[in-house]
Amino acid sequence: MTRRPAAMLALEDGRVFRGEGFGAATETTGEVVFNTAMTGYQEVMSDPSYCGQILTFTYPLIGNYGVNDEDWESSALRAQGMVVRDLCEVPSNWRSTGTLHDLLASRGVPGISGLDTRALTRHLRDQGTMRGCLSTISTNAGELIEKARKSPKMEGLALADLVTCVEPYWWGEDGMTETEPVADRAKPLVVAFDFGIKWNILRLLRAEGFKVRVVPARTPAAEVLAMKPDGVFLSNGPGDPEPLDFAIRATREVCAKVPVFGICLGHQLIGLAFGAKTLKLKFGHRGANHPVIDRRNGVVEVTSQNHGFMVDAATLPDGEFELTHFSGNDGTLEGMVHRSLPIFSCQYHPESAPGPHDSRPWFRAFADAVGKRRGKKLQPLAVGGKA
Amino acid sequence: MPKRTDIKKIMVLGAGPIVIGQACEFDYSGTQGCRALKSLGFEVVLLNSNPATIMTDPEFADRTYVEPLLPEIAERIIEKERPDALLPTLGGQTALNLAVELARRGVLEEYGVQLIGASLSAIETAEDRDLFKKAMERAGQLLPKSGYATSVADAVALGETLGYPLVIRSSFTLGGQGSGLVKDRRQLREAARIGIAASPNGSILIEECLLGWKEFELEVMRDRADNVVIVCAIENFDPMGVHTGDSITVAPAQTLTDRCYQRMRDAALRIIREIKIEAGGCNIQFSVHPDTGEMRIIEMNPRVSRSSALASKATGFPIAKISALLAAGLTLDEIPNDITKKTPACFEPSLDYCVVKIPRWAFEKFRITERRLGTRMKSVGEVMAIGRTFPEALLKGWRALETGGDLLPGAASPEQMEELETSLPEANPDRLRDLFRALAANVTPAELSRLTGIDPWFLHQMKRITDFDHLLRDTGWDEDRVRAAKRLGFSDRHLAFRFGMKEREVRMKRIAAGIVPVMKAVDTCGAEFQAETPYFYSTYEEESEIPEPKKPRVLILGSGPNRIGQGLEFDYCCVQAALELKTRGFEVLIANSNPETVSTDYDVSSRLYFEPLTAEDVLNVVDAEKPIGVIVQLGGQTPLKLAKALHEAGVPILGTSYDGLDLAENRSRFRELVEELELMQPESRIAGSRETALACADTLGYPVLVRPSYVLGGRGMRVVYSRLDLEDWLLREALISDDEPVLLDKFLEGALEIDVDAVCDGETVLVGAVMEHIEEAGIHSGDSTCVIPPFTLGDHTINEVRRITATLARALGVKGLMNVQYAVRHDHVYILEANPRASRTVPFVSKAVGIPLARLAARVMTGERLSDIRPAEPDVSMVSVKKPVLPFNRFPGEDALLGPEMKSTGEVMGRDLDFGRALAKAHLGSGEPLPTSGTVFLSIRDDDKRSITFMAKKLAELGYGLVATRGTARFLRRNGIRVREVF
Repeated sequence: MTRRPAAMLALEDGRVFRGEGFGAATETTGEVVFNTAMTGYQEVMSDPSYCGQILTFTYPLIGNYGVNDEDWESSALRAQGMVVRDLCEVPSNWRSTGTLHDLLASRGVPGISGLDTRALTRHLRDQGTMRGCLSTISTNAGELIEKARKSPKMEGLALADLVTCVEPYWWGEDGMTETEPVADRAKPLVVAFDFGIKWNILRLLRAEGFKVRVVPARTPAAEVLAMKPDGVFLSNGPGDPEPLDFAIRATREVCAKVPVFGICLGHQLIGLAFGAKTLKLKFGHRGANHPVIDRRNGVVEVTSQNHGFMVDAATLPDGEFELTHFSGNDGTLEGMVHRSLPIFSCQYHPESAPGPHDSRPWFRAFADAVGKRRGKKLQPLAVGGKA
Repeated sequence: MPKRTDIKKIMVLGAGPIVIGQACEFDYSGTQGCRALKSLGFEVVLLNSNPATIMTDPEFADRTYVEPLLPEIAERIIEKERPDALLPTLGGQTALNLAVELARRGVLEEYGVQLIGASLSAIETAEDRDLFKKAMERAGQLLPKSGYATSVADAVALGETLGYPLVIRSSFTLGGQGSGLVKDRRQLREAARIGIAASPNGSILIEECLLGWKEFELEVMRDRADNVVIVCAIENFDPMGVHTGDSITVAPAQTLTDRCYQRMRDAALRIIREIKIEAGGCNIQFSVHPDTGEMRIIEMNPRVSRSSALASKATGFPIAKISALLAAGLTLDEIPNDITKKTPACFEPSLDYCVVKIPRWAFEKFRITERRLGTRMKSVGEVMAIGRTFPEALLKGWRALETGGDLLPGAASPEQMEELETSLPEANPDRLRDLFRALAANVTPAELSRLTGIDPWFLHQMKRITDFDHLLRDTGWDEDRVRAAKRLGFSDRHLAFRFGMKEREVRMKRIAAGIVPVMKAVDTCGAEFQAETPYFYSTYEEESEIPEPKKPRVLILGSGPNRIGQGLEFDYCCVQAALELKTRGFEVLIANSNPETVSTDYDVSSRLYFEPLTAEDVLNVVDAEKPIGVIVQLGGQTPLKLAKALHEAGVPILGTSYDGLDLAENRSRFRELVEELELMQPESRIAGSRETALACADTLGYPVLVRPSYVLGGRGMRVVYSRLDLEDWLLREALISDDEPVLLDKFLEGALEIDVDAVCDGETVLVGAVMEHIEEAGIHSGDSTCVIPPFTLGDHTINEVRRITATLARALGVKGLMNVQYAVRHDHVYILEANPRASRTVPFVSKAVGIPLARLAARVMTGERLSDIRPAEPDVSMVSVKKPVLPFNRFPGEDALLGPEMKSTGEVMGRDLDFGRALAKAHLGSGEPLPTSGTVFLSIRDDDKRSITFMAKKLAELGYGLVATRGTARFLRRNGIRVREVF
């Protein structure tokens, strides 16, 4: 047992939690949120959508199977900090190449363990997510609370620029590549806007038979359309979608021209592009067990979710979209299909990673739509059915 | 989809008597299922031969048949009741087999009964290894390499091709009976011989040995709209090679990355769809290679199971209830999550705690049986514990076993370590303790993992415990350290041992320092939503979640892990009391550690505490809840043993006072009382040494009944007929000392044994029933067949028994239940034992005479008077026979002779208008039907010879052959009966 430094998580409302520090010796601020998935901490921590957030894991035993080179969802740890009840110091798994502590330490991310994460979760559930300051170098409650209060609020915060790629890239068999993958040359092209894209989305798009090109968040629509894409993908990403005016504009433009598929933030951008409003949820949906019901056929998917904002279904233009998917838990909008154009989107994460694979048909539907459309005029899509 | 309207009446099959591999988890499942179906407005017909079950209480079904689970009988019931559907998935393998048999015989078709929950083809595909293998191929899943054999020669030939070690399995068996691991040709021959004989279709499966692979189980549910959810992933602590019922298991899975877990989940979805479980649940077992991640499917059970009961308790997702609702046509999205009430059941529970299950064995009952664990299940019960870390859950579970786990063992010496190196590779009931000893002796987790195949993760977690224990050794009381120790799960008792203090002192000091546990809820969702249904566990953290009390609270202590002598029957009493008191203005709290029971269904109490039943853990609940009192008399010995600690801590005990309990328990006090009341008891002595014991026996005169001072289920009890016998017993059984003396009773040979269950409110006594044992006194009452009403006793004796019972109850100040055992010889009634608590026979008596004894007791304990309650008179118009079910088929080579030490695991009830038919039904129900042809052996002592002539003639007329010992044979021949002489 290594001696761990004293650490503290201070919330903007003045509540503090004491624990032991792990990972980097540093301090960070962010929106404190919780995720209820019991597996997949490496994927979650490297999910760019968690940028700006301090992530609490409700499952108390974290680090059990270590970390490895394969389970990355981006090239970095994206959450600001990690909050766990019981950190595993000696992991065990045939794929493990190191410990979670060492990974966080090497990437400059602080973690806190040993606190009552259930009390924290209940607090966030009842009071709503709030800003916090996580420190593994100070336990001065007053100062940390003050830092939490001074940190930016998530509402109105544009974060895509922090996590998007700087240069466009291709996604090949072995991941990111600068040159067009030879094997994919003849396949239909999907251009993916990177607002903080998860790699598993790219893996699945490619697995569906696409040639995949990723472009930075601020790439103008004209530039994308000039690539003659067969489809455009709008990625997930962190922060509030509303201030992303450049992305909303681009979305509006591509939607008129090619089949478009959006996930999470991408879904919100489609909503905004068509004139809807987005709202912030009290404590968000974050986990891997959320039921989503397709109201057309009653099919239930157990889904992976990670969103703090949502499209306000009531503000979508009348009749433009068919509202297809809803949360089984709170009835909020989870997916929609445009009635006359090949545009559809889901608020949850059909690529999972981590989480169940129930929602993979979204990718197949996109592939079908793009395949059918090649050279023809735009037609609406159908999504649904079983994995 | 709403519930099916083409079905109105559903017949539910129970699991029958408790046997190893099939215990009260099926009462839990069946009770839930029946309740769920009734709540949807279905008419429920229930068939179960086990009277000790809650589900056979009148309120859980519209019609209940306590009859043998046999096709002939089920057919008669179907003929009479004409159900629209048959639900066989809640009653374990017994119910499934019965349903298959009914379908095969064409009974279901004839009467137009639909099989719901699982179709015949689904059951057959899951159970028939060949069909299963093909289905798995279609689903793209790998099974272990294997082949079939129908003869020993085939088996050996196959064994040579596959290579040893190998696993032998036979189809349609429960708890792995007839399965075994073999390491060479000789073992294969033996296992093949037994397996082929035990298999109903005479074939066995021989397969690739996955010894040392990691083992996992998924609980899967699917509705008729094809929605599938995984309720729980369970990881086995013991690697492949140990039956999952004999393994320590953990939920959720701990050592799988999301990728690997999702691969397993995908496989589960494909499998349940391929097997076509249309509306119900199943359990799928997987194994994973620890170094490569290769995965194999082990088996699938298309029904609720021991694991699904565990998964329900571990997650708060009631699998049996949901299974029943799905079978009735609902879909997962239409069923509300019981716990949140607001979100639907079409989700996958998210845990924010760790659950550990540890089995409990009864090898001490079966001395000559090999203690090695393998693919045949041998445990008789289990505990479950919940903690926020694995060490905490493990230590709570270990002490919940009530086998001394509240003290950590010391380090193994170098010599002991040498022994452990040989013993550790093979799983045995002591392996957990031995691992602690080895870790304390600084053996590395890596080394232990190499020896045992247990994943290093578990061993490193255990090392956290032993390392911390090492720290405790070096220091005295240190507040921070004590707090850390409590968070890791250490008991006060262990801290007391380390600090050289009394447990009570540790407790006081800890509380003074504010180191007290909080109570956290099990809510299926990791606190994402508000929980409405309260199910709690203790842990040492910041925030407690107990709601504000609205009514006075009563805490009922359950009976802990099932064991021989303490099981379902006591849980029955706890449940009845809880249900009763809930309707009488109380908040009823139940504390228990047994995941198989109905009492740990969160629906039964107002609040459930899943906690070890130790003084420390119970007092924690008392401190948190401040009940008006604690009920200790319903759960058997376990809660009774806590009475003293509760009493000393100033906690009110409801019902019979602590003094009354002690008066009955304390042998010398009780003897004085019996003398004072001018009643009779067999003469007895207490001996603190070998010599005294032998001398006492001489004074009493042989035969003598001997036992250690503390007994449960007659543990170690024996009737000795000579000095030699006694010397042998003293040598083998008793650690005799002044602190642990040996008790000697004059044994009344040839006496009849009588059992009485009664309720008393301190003044009025209600005798539930006088039961006559068919076996003579000396066979443990739990192993005896008994009958209500008494069959051979005269009114005079019965009245005398009633009078003595009432006298004793008043003298002991009984408020609640009391059980008295008597021996009757030559019209004299001797008191053998009086226990002011629930007994094993309470459910049997309640059903036989139609009086809910435990409910009455609960009312009396909370202050009502029998004179105000005015219960109905016991109804003895029918004859009821209770017959035990014995586990000898699990313990090859064990002596099947019965004695004062209880060995049965369960019981059945036969009920009819006359004794003969009731007895015959009891035999049928217990799986030992009376043979209708064959040979009868007679050996009759001289006094009784005259009475046998008629019976022998009758047997001969019925076509039985007769054999007899010399004297009997001679006597029978003189009376003109053909008989063959033996011996």
